[in-house]
Amino acid sequence: MNTLVETMDKTTGAISSADLAQDRPSAATVGDVTVADPRMTCRNVDVWYGAKQAIKGVSLDIGKNEVLSMIGPSGCGKSTFLRCLNRMNDTIDGCRVTGSIKLDEQDIYDKGLDPVPLRAQVGMVFQKPNPFPKSIYENVAYGPRIHGLTNNKAELDELVETSLQKAGLWNEVKDRLDQPGTGLSGGQQQRLCIARTIAVSPEVILMDEPCSALDPIATAIIEELIDELRANYSIAIVTHSMQQAARVSQRTAYFHLGDLIEVGETNQIFTNPQHRLTEDYITGRFG
Amino acid sequence: MNNPADTTPPRRAIDIVNASLKRRYARERRFRWLGATAVTLGMVFVVLLFADIILKGYTAFQQTYIQLPIELAAATIDPDGARDPATLARADYMKLIREALREQFPEVKDRRDRRLLNSMISVGAPDLLRERVMADPALIGTTQELWILADDDIDMLVKGYIDRNAPASDRRVGDQMIAWVDRLEAEGRVAKRFNTIFFTHGTSREPELAGIAGALMGSFYTLVLTFLLSFPIGVGAALYLEEFAPKNRWTDLIEVNVNNLAAVPSIVFGLLGLAVFIGFFGVPRSTPLVAALVMTLMTLPTIIIASRVALKSVPPSIREAALGVGASPLQTQFHHVLPLALPGILTGSIIGMARALGETAPLLMIGMIAFIVDIPKGFNDAATVLPVQIFLWADSPERGFVERTSAAILVLLAFLFVMNLAAVLLRRRFERRW
Repeated sequence: MNTLVETMDKTTGAISSADLAQDRPSAATVGDVTVADPRMTCRNVDVWYGAKQAIKGVSLDIGKNEVLSMIGPSGCGKSTFLRCLNRMNDTIDGCRVTGSIKLDEQDIYDKGLDPVPLRAQVGMVFQKPNPFPKSIYENVAYGPRIHGLTNNKAELDELVETSLQKAGLWNEVKDRLDQPGTGLSGGQQQRLCIARTIAVSPEVILMDEPCSALDPIATAIIEELIDELRANYSIAIVTHSMQQAARVSQRTAYFHLGDLIEVGETNQIFTNPQHRLTEDYITGRFG
Repeated sequence: MNNPADTTPPRRAIDIVNASLKRRYARERRFRWLGATAVTLGMVFVVLLFADIILKGYTAFQQTYIQLPIELAAATIDPDGARDPATLARADYMKLIREALREQFPEVKDRRDRRLLNSMISVGAPDLLRERVMADPALIGTTQELWILADDDIDMLVKGYIDRNAPASDRRVGDQMIAWVDRLEAEGRVAKRFNTIFFTHGTSREPELAGIAGALMGSFYTLVLTFLLSFPIGVGAALYLEEFAPKNRWTDLIEVNVNNLAAVPSIVFGLLGLAVFIGFFGVPRSTPLVAALVMTLMTLPTIIIASRVALKSVPPSIREAALGVGASPLQTQFHHVLPLALPGILTGSIIGMARALGETAPLLMIGMIAFIVDIPKGFNDAATVLPVQIFLWADSPERGFVERTSAAILVLLAFLFVMNLAAVLLRRRFERRW
């Protein structure tokens, strides 16, 4: 570790990837990557975009009923890692994933595994609210409908209502379910996307910077919602806001240039980081 | 500036900016002026074009008729009085018309003059009279004042296309005929009436009997089949290439080729159709079927390119959203991407269809240039299409075909206009669905 610290530029705190690659050939993550009761387990995950390696040997667990936040400077691979968890990276040409990622003991990169039902189990909320250009009702009803989760209109209505309630949007939209989802405010749209995700009853929800396009009030509402959702779902959230990570998550993982540097209890990461890079990042020296 | 001996005050940046402003604005004015001139020039030419076509063509929507008191003698039409349609159809209606005409000009006795007199009447007039009588047999035995279709030379004379001051040898209509027509006109027996024949008849050697109905139906069948073939194939190909096909050397090659095909001269598609569809597969020539197959090949690149652009413009976030809730790739495309891309796809397709409607060259190669009088009743009947009909008429020597050519162009332009309007309206309609 000392050599690593010495290679850092004292004036800017910047660290070159060449130095990292040299010093950390077998990225040893500081802290315990495992949890007692894991929902997803990732071991030695490498992700390549063509010849460029975006994720280097990351091992990380996501526990049941926990919020895991992933922080790190731009381009550190946290979003890439998140998108591996429901195989959204499949849609990117030249993207290759090795290692093992298991959801309840099932390897999701298994050759025979169909990513379509996987994505119903591992839902995703994106950075920019992306409701379908359809009505609010249709936005939420779409997932259950294609998966055949309900038998009739009444059940579907109920599912839409409970999903919107869980997303804390029901009271605001119950009188205008036939209005376009794109006509809502940014924060409402993002909650609509969350409702759409939970309508298909996932086990894990992945959130990729869900509040970065929202104002502080909408952000606070979403954060509150994330805390409530924890009771039923495992949540992995990528965020640029360290305050947000500190507020909503139980565990925090710090990524740096494709390496998972440190994992730990959120409290411990923010008050007593073990790794110098983590400390530099959370104290604002770079990133 | 740093030299203390230099007494001139330092030039401020804003002075330099101001100095250059005049030049910059002048350049902008020049550009605007150029643009306005170009647009005006374009408009002038469009107006000239339309004015020319309309001025030449509008008279074709009227046709000269001669009113004659025709004695529909039962002895000629229905000698046995059985009102048998076969008998009615066989009767010599020309004789009735000629007799009525001769009654108007009792002084004409000479055989040659009589023949000249007879030539005032269109050779198609008896057929029209027969239709009239067979539709209403009660007319038989009565004398009716009927409007009889005039020959195209009379039509041209009445419309003023024949110069009365020219030497008689240079005119299609002699002095005697002019005198007869003037007399009939003075009696109020000559009138220009709306030219229904133009819209209800197929083509003919006689201008006054030539219509665009055959060509219109040919164009209709060809376009319908072209759309039914090229739209699903084109959109499907675009969808596959854009969203499903792996990006490799082969798909790159296909893309380059599709783009190249869009620029291939259309007559090449005609040659291809002749060799492959007619020569190899034995599709009957000169039919809407083979025309549609050739047109499909021709419009496919346009539709594929337009569809791919439209698909590309759908934001990727919609695809992610659909995939994120567990929609299969095909569901993602058909439920979300395609509806959003539809306005662009439709616009491209209709533009392709409009091009197919106006296409002539490839159809000449596959026999659509044949002289076909009958109105086609299906995809497998011999037919011609509107632009080819225009081409054929433009080539005909009779003066009467000049105005008909322009009139047919007007009809073609009207259809193109309607199709483009439909493209705009469809685009608006589907775009409104947020």
